Amino acid sequence: MSTSAESQSHLQALEDESIFIMREVAAEFERPCLLFSGGKDSIVMLRLAEKAFRPGKFPFPLMHIDTGHNFPEVVAFRDYRAAQLGERLIVRSVEDSIRSGRIVERPGQDNSRNRMQIPTLLDALAEFRFDAVFGGARRDEEKARAKERIYSFRDRHGQWDPKNQRPELWNLYNGRIHNGENIRIFPISNWTELDIWQYIATEQLEIPSIYYAHKRPIVIRNGLVLPISDLLPALPDEIVEERTVRFRTVGDATCTACVESPASDPWQVIEETAVTRITERGATRVDDKVSEASMEDRKRAGYF
Amino acid sequence: MDLLRFSTAGSVDDGKSTLIGRLLFDSKGVFEDQLEAAERSTVNRSAGPIDLSLLTDGLRAEREQGITIDVAYRYFATPKRKFIIADTPGHEQYTRNMATGASTADLAIILIDARYGALVQSRRHTIIASLLKIPQIVIAVNKMDLVGFSHERFLEIQRDFQPFVDQMGFTGVQWIPLSALNGDNVVTCTDVAPWYHGPSLLEHLETVEIAPVDVREDFRFPVQFVIRPNLDFRGFAGLLAAGTLKVGDEVLALPAGTRSKVKQIHTHDANLPQVSAPRCVTVLLEDEIDVSRGDMLVHPQRLPWVKRDFDAQLVWMDATPLDVTRPYLIKHTTRTVRVKIAQLLYRIDTNTLEHVPAETQQLNEISRVRISAAQALYLDSYESNRTTGSFILIDPLTNATVAAGMVVADQPADEQAVSTLSRIDRAAREAHNGHRAQAILLAGTSREAQTQFARALETRLFHRGAQVLVLDTESARGDLAALTATIRLLLSAGLVVLIDLPLDTRAERDALRRALGVDDVVEMLIDAPDSPTNADFHRPVLADCTVPLRRAGLDAATAQAVTWLADQGLFGTHRVVSPGAGI
Repeated sequence: MSTSAESQSHLQALEDESIFIMREVAAEFERPCLLFSGGKDSIVMLRLAEKAFRPGKFPFPLMHIDTGHNFPEVVAFRDYRAAQLGERLIVRSVEDSIRSGRIVERPGQDNSRNRMQIPTLLDALAEFRFDAVFGGARRDEEKARAKERIYSFRDRHGQWDPKNQRPELWNLYNGRIHNGENIRIFPISNWTELDIWQYIATEQLEIPSIYYAHKRPIVIRNGLVLPISDLLPALPDEIVEERTVRFRTVGDATCTACVESPASDPWQVIEETAVTRITERGATRVDDKVSEASMEDRKRAGYF
Repeated sequence: MDLLRFSTAGSVDDGKSTLIGRLLFDSKGVFEDQLEAAERSTVNRSAGPIDLSLLTDGLRAEREQGITIDVAYRYFATPKRKFIIADTPGHEQYTRNMATGASTADLAIILIDARYGALVQSRRHTIIASLLKIPQIVIAVNKMDLVGFSHERFLEIQRDFQPFVDQMGFTGVQWIPLSALNGDNVVTCTDVAPWYHGPSLLEHLETVEIAPVDVREDFRFPVQFVIRPNLDFRGFAGLLAAGTLKVGDEVLALPAGTRSKVKQIHTHDANLPQVSAPRCVTVLLEDEIDVSRGDMLVHPQRLPWVKRDFDAQLVWMDATPLDVTRPYLIKHTTRTVRVKIAQLLYRIDTNTLEHVPAETQQLNEISRVRISAAQALYLDSYESNRTTGSFILIDPLTNATVAAGMVVADQPADEQAVSTLSRIDRAAREAHNGHRAQAILLAGTSREAQTQFARALETRLFHRGAQVLVLDTESARGDLAALTATIRLLLSAGLVVLIDLPLDTRAERDALRRALGVDDVVEMLIDAPDSPTNADFHRPVLADCTVPLRRAGLDAATAQAVTWLADQGLFGTHRVVSPGAGI
C-alpha cells in the first residue's frame, strides 16, 4: 500500500489500527494463535501480520478449525499460503470430534457445521492452552458483532457475555485474564467488506479462485443462489442450472450461497460491492436467517 | 478517501437511532436484508413505515426493551469519506459508554429535540465531548418538522445553548436544523427551511476538517514490541503517538536516559525517510542501547513529564466504587504499572460542570484525582496529546477495566525528574564550586526564628563562596515525593540546600532523610528546647548539631554553624557526617 505521508487514507488508518492491535497482543499474551481458514478476511489478517512482524517470524502459529465442509479450492489455498509464508499451521477437524464422540451430528437437512465447530475450537484452545485467538470477524457483518469489543473476553467455557464487556477506550486494550480464560481478538473489527476488497486490490493479494466469476451448477432456494455439490445436493423438485457466479464468503459448503456475477478481478468486485444492496451475510449465510439473534446465541456459546 | 470517526449519544425518544438509520439508509450504508429484518421485527412500530431505529439496536435485550445499552459501531462510506459511528445511549447511567464512544471520535453529534430545546442530557453529552477533547461538534436540532421548521424556534434554542457551548473549547461548532424522520437536511438540504443556508448533516460530515495530525517536533514513540529476527536487525515497533520522526534524528530513551540516533524507519512496504503521527513503524537505532516494551523514545530537548505523582480526570466504569486504599494497575501507552489513588480531589457534576466534594467515586461519575504510581510514567496532558495523555485503570483482582483517565494540564508542582540529561555530573560541579552539595534540614523551636536563621545562614555561606539556596517547602504542598525529587535535582546541580520545613513534621523529616540517603542530609537543631514539651521532635540523636541561636544571637549562631559545617568538610572533600556533635 502507498506509504506517502500525506493525509492518511482510510485504508492506511485501518491498517495501522490492526497492526497496533496485533503487536499489542503479541507483547501481552503468552500463547496467541491466529485463525486462518483460507477465506479472504483471514488472508487480509495474514498480510497485516506480515506488516506487524516482518522481518521476524509471526510470534504465533496459524490454526484452522476444519469443518470438513470446505470448498476444496479454499483448503488448497490455506496450505499453499501457510507454506509460502513459512509459518506453522495447526489443523483441528470437526470430523475428528465427531469420530471421537465429542460432537453428534444433527439429523436432517440442516447439517451446517457453524455450531458444530464450537467444541472442536474449544478443545483446540485447551490443547494448546492458547490465551488469545485472532479472528477475522468484522463489525459490519452482523448486529451482534457491531457491539462486540476488539478484545472479546471469554470465560473458562469460551462464552461471550454481551452485557459484561470491558470498556474499550482509545487504543488501550485490557488483555489481563485469569488462568483458563481467553480473549478473542478482532483486529479488523472496523473494516467493511468494501475495505477488505480494496485492500486485496491495492495489496495485490492472492485469494482462492472461487471468489471470482466462474461457472457452477446452482439452484435457487429461498431466494439464495446455492452451489450444488455432494455436500449440498439439489432437492428432488429443484432445477439445477449452470450460472456464472462468485462467492462473497467461503464458509461451510453446506450453507454458503454464491451470487451471480461476472466480476473476475478485485476491482470489478469493488464496483459491485459498492452498489450492492444486500449484506455479505444476508446474501450468503443460510443459517443466520433462522433467528434474529442467531449470531448472538452462537457467540454466547463460544463461537467467534 | 479519508476516515472520520464520530459519536452520537441519545435515548430512544430523541430520534438518535432514527437519525443514524436515516444516514445509513439515505447514503445506502444500509442493506436490503437489514431493512427486511427491521420490517420483520415488531417492536417500536410507532416511528413510521419502517422503524429505522431497528437497524441499529443489535442485542436481544435491547430489542426486547426497546433501548440501547451499549456502544455500537456503524459504518458507511460516501465517495468522499469513510465513516465510523460510535453510537451510544444518552442516559446518565451510560456516561461510561458515551465516554468510550467519544474517546476515539473526531466529531460528536449533539442531538436536541426542537420541541424541548437543550435538556440536561444534551448538556451532559456536550460536557463529555469536551472532557474527552473531541474537536468538532454538530448540534443537530431534530424534529424540526414538529415545530414547522420555525426559524424563530431555532434561534431561541441557539440563544439558550450557545453560551454554554462557548465555554467548552471546541474547535468547530455547526448548528443544523433537521428532521431525521422525513430526511430533511440529513443527506441533502430540502426546501423546508429556506432560512437555513448551511450544509446538510452529511455534507458537513463529508467536508469538516479532521483535526490535523500532530506534527510538532516533540515526537513520542512508545515502544510496543521488539522485533529481533537476527543480529543485524533490532527494531522497536510501535505507534508514533506524536510529532514527526526522521532518519538521523537524535532520540532519548526513557527511562534509561540514553541517547542514540534513528538509523532506519522500517515498514514492511519500504523504509521511510520520515514519518508523522499516527503511524505504525519499526525504528532501528544507531547504537545498541537498552530499550524494551514500555519504554519511550522522545525528542531529547522536548521531554514529556516524567512523573510518578500526577493529577487526572477519571471516568469511573465499574459497579464497584473507587477504593482509595486499594492498589490498581494503570495502563498508559504500552506501560502497565501499579498505582494508588492518593487523593480524590473532587467530583465533576456532569450536568453543571460544578466541582463537588466527594468521599468516593461511583459508576459513571467523573472526578479529579491525584494518582501515585509505583514507577514513573511519561506523560503529556490529554489536551496536548490524546495518546500520551490517556490511560485506563484495571482492578488487579477481577481484571476489570474500572476507569478511564485523562492527564490534566495543570499539574501540581513536583519532581522535575530528568537531571540525568546533564553531561556535567555532581562531582564535577562540587569540584568547580569548591564545596560539597549538601542538604541541611533545619529544626527550630519557632518557625519565624527558623526562617530568619535560614536566610542569615544562606547569606553567610554565599559570602563564603557557596552556591546555596533556601527551599520554601510550603510550595511542595505536602507532596514529599515531589520535595525529595526537587532536593535531589538541586543536589545534582551541586548546591547547598537549606530546607525550611514546618515545625511539627518529625515523620516527614525522617522520611526525607531516608529518601535522600544519610550521606546527603544533616539536621541542624536551632536551640535545644527549654522544656520537654515536644521532646519527641527534638530527640537530639536525630539532629547532627545544635546551634545556640537565642543565647548567641543571629550573627554568632550562623558563624558557628558555618564553622561546624566547614569542620565537617563542607568545603573540602569529606562528606558532612558527624552525628550528635554540639557546638
